[in-house]
Amino acid sequence: MALADVPLAAILSAPVVPYEADEVTRLILDTHDPAAFRPIAALTVGGFREWLLAAEPDALAALRPGLTPEIVAAVSKIMRLQDLVAVAAKCRVVTRFRGTIGLPGRLSVRLQPNHPTDDLQGVAAATLDGLLLGAGDAVIGVNPATDSVDGTIALLTMLDSVRERYAIPTQTCVLAHITTTLRAIGRGAPVDLVFQSIGGTEAVNRSFGVSLALLREAQDAALSLRRGTLGDNVMYFETGQGSALSADAHHGVDQQTLEARAYAVARAFDPLLVNTVVGFIGPEYLYDGKQITRAGLEDHFCGKLLGLPMGVDVCYTNHAEADQDDMDALLTVLGVAGVTYVMGVPGADDVMLSYQSTSFHDALYLRGALGLKPAPEFEAWLAGMGLDGSAPPERIPPALSPALIGLG
Amino acid sequence: MEQPPARWQDLRRFTPARVALGRAGNGLPTAAHLAFQAAHAGARDAVHAALDVAAIQAALSAAGLPSLAVHSAAPDRRTYLLRPDLGRRLRETDRTRLPPAPGATVLVVCDGLSATAVQCHAVPLLVLAAGALGHAGRAPAPIVVAEQGRVALGDEIGTVMQAEAVAVLIGERPGLSAADSLGVYLTWQPRLGRTDAERNCISNIRADGLPPEAAAAKLLWLIGAMRRLRLTGIDLKDEQPATLPG
Repeated sequence: MALADVPLAAILSAPVVPYEADEVTRLILDTHDPAAFRPIAALTVGGFREWLLAAEPDALAALRPGLTPEIVAAVSKIMRLQDLVAVAAKCRVVTRFRGTIGLPGRLSVRLQPNHPTDDLQGVAAATLDGLLLGAGDAVIGVNPATDSVDGTIALLTMLDSVRERYAIPTQTCVLAHITTTLRAIGRGAPVDLVFQSIGGTEAVNRSFGVSLALLREAQDAALSLRRGTLGDNVMYFETGQGSALSADAHHGVDQQTLEARAYAVARAFDPLLVNTVVGFIGPEYLYDGKQITRAGLEDHFCGKLLGLPMGVDVCYTNHAEADQDDMDALLTVLGVAGVTYVMGVPGADDVMLSYQSTSFHDALYLRGALGLKPAPEFEAWLAGMGLDGSAPPERIPPALSPALIGLG
Repeated sequence: MEQPPARWQDLRRFTPARVALGRAGNGLPTAAHLAFQAAHAGARDAVHAALDVAAIQAALSAAGLPSLAVHSAAPDRRTYLLRPDLGRRLRETDRTRLPPAPGATVLVVCDGLSATAVQCHAVPLLVLAAGALGHAGRAPAPIVVAEQGRVALGDEIGTVMQAEAVAVLIGERPGLSAADSLGVYLTWQPRLGRTDAERNCISNIRADGLPPEAAAAKLLWLIGAMRRLRLTGIDLKDEQPATLPG
């Protein structure tokens, strides 16, 4: 039977990973809402595609609790890129911590100021560089080179002081392992968001050293700090097709369906941000620019349809058949699809993780080309700093003096 | 009196990241744009460069070191990139060509993801390491030079040669700032199915990173510790004393 002819009810009744063997399957089925599913209960996958293309935004939002990731992945497989774009663009997901992320006409940027040795001044300098170029409203988030509690606390403390000195309406994050962040919270560190990489099976999450219970514990710990001023979305997740295959934790299920199951994990924790790191895993999973483009748009569609504040790390490694032209094309199409946020890396070159992502300039390009603005609170802050124009800031505004953040 | 405003360019001294690139509208100035393209081209060239096996073997021979060339089961670079499993196994016809070297620590050199790195840094490291291993009174085993190889190819080579351990020198995935970075993976009692958690790694070996001489010293220290503890991996911590100043 062709995929398009499979009834959605049949997908619902035949989990791809057994209920007894996997807590992600149990999460998906135990939280499924039959009433929300009713409008599409009689449809096939092919019929569901047509329903989605014709649906109004409110109907898409109401459908979320009735959707499972397997249904969403199935329909994405028979959609062209324009279908993935058109439906995702109708999905609105708004989250809040110190700013409002995901409003119509807005594009946020994660400022990613990584440094090869976690040098605090190096991270601060890259942070200021990004702020001068309008980045940082999604989060200022560092991948630590070394996952240690002391190093994480040092970075958290520095980032928090940068945010306070400059009075930026945003949130900061050190993308350490969740157990490291929990210890940092225990030692009183200023943790805004809890970060964790997640996947779509219990076994791949085990390979990441996490479980649903651990994620819940960390969410509770972050909520207890009450650091959000506008909202309490305190979780930040990263995903990416192929992680379960890489960890031999895939149960014979394809990497794109398992990626969608990771979004079911994410949505159980009301995250502020979720992004797929689409081109990082390497050519044995996504070989070239064409495959990376398709995967990025599938992931964004699946995440948005399930109700996530979905960003995409538009990226590639040097052993993939991809280049800046591929990234420009994917970035532009994601902008049309209403991507919630993208990455901002100095000059697109991550000098710690050795891959190419999107740059601060790339995000400015996308905002300019599509008439998109930053999150409203951040937009007002940029204007207050005199950074809302397009002139190159050869001289740094006094209110953003490097000396204020230890760059004397 | 107030300080003059800081210049954007002043941020450059704090980080090797591409900060303060300037701005042309929302885009990059031409010089920064072209510098990036050139760096990417260099990295791509390193990924796709073919290992000059004859040159490596000639250099080893000149240093008095015997060597043997083999090929993984991945016939070409495209297959190598798409099929990591094939890069971890020997080509069928090469399995019977490797001589036994019971109890030896076999040195293997693989192109990996940067033949450029191997071409630049492998021979000096091999000469230093093999010389010191020879002094340890072990039977000299030929150095194995492998094309289209991944780290785990050393597991099969070590098994076939009945080696006590295997050290695989391999070209690391090129970044934009360095396309010639070499890594070394040391594995005690190599056999198929070993995981990376069972190996010790030395990475970033290049002129501006860890120089080959220092890498050779670190490798020999790890080999000594490995032989004492009879293991490699997460239980063998790199506690090589730092060189004392002066």
